[in-house]
Amino acid sequence: MKKKIVVIPCSGIGKAYGEIGRQAVYELIEDLRTGDVATTCLARLMIDDPDAKALIRDNPVITVDGCAKDCARKNVEFTGKKVDGAFRVIEVFKENRDLKPQGILNLGKDGFKLVHILARRLDEEITGLMRKEP
Amino acid sequence: MFQEFKQDKVGIIPCNGEDLCQGTLTRFACRKVLDSLRPHETVTICLPLFIAGDSGERNFAKTFPTITVDGCTKGCCQVTTEKLSGKPRYAVVISELLKERGMEVPPSKRTLTAKHQAAIDIVAEDIAGKVDAILKKG
Repeated sequence: MKKKIVVIPCSGIGKAYGEIGRQAVYELIEDLRTGDVATTCLARLMIDDPDAKALIRDNPVITVDGCAKDCARKNVEFTGKKVDGAFRVIEVFKENRDLKPQGILNLGKDGFKLVHILARRLDEEITGLMRKEP
Repeated sequence: MFQEFKQDKVGIIPCNGEDLCQGTLTRFACRKVLDSLRPHETVTICLPLFIAGDSGERNFAKTFPTITVDGCTKGCCQVTTEKLSGKPRYAVVISELLKERGMEVPPSKRTLTAKHQAAIDIVAEDIAGKVDAILKKG
């Protein structure tokens, strides 16, 4: 069976960065890489959910963290899996300081511009990973 | 690190289930409680910080009385909070709550429209009621 690239965003709801990461992952799954990309709830890894653990064990994994706490990457690595790519939304934000998200969950026009920038970067990373995978 | 709020704050911990429509509801409902309904009485923490964070973050549910908010019956948030931080006072499960109220789960995890605001409101009001109950009992 063809492998999927698993992209896991963090669960952040304290600032807009978490929602930007999640929306970028939804954009990948529903618009940019339909069929190539899957995700799972980060919290399922915390209860050792067998299906979620098998998904990340058997496929390349990219994590998308909102902040420098790196919850998504650390929780994946806590299961014993080394991630194949790790992104931080805050880095995209720093490179585009003119774009200011409207709110934490309601991102507004600027927030969604950041979503699209991040989604395109993830898309490029996925293209690279898929070339490497048999 | 949270000691200063101990007596008058309730911790709200959503599962935030990223791969689940109900997970999206947990985020919106909890933010409504935090921002609008009970802004001075509530605080939150990202659930994955119980593994990724330090001992201060793991003490969250020992420091505050907490309400966990799960999207589905897997109960990831309740189970993890109990295991790594402390027993929550209340555990809300959105799929069950909406079933009780005869409401459908919104179909998209990506966006919640104005049409789905009623579901957010019901969950948020339920959480706010539990916040009040905790603070009243002490």
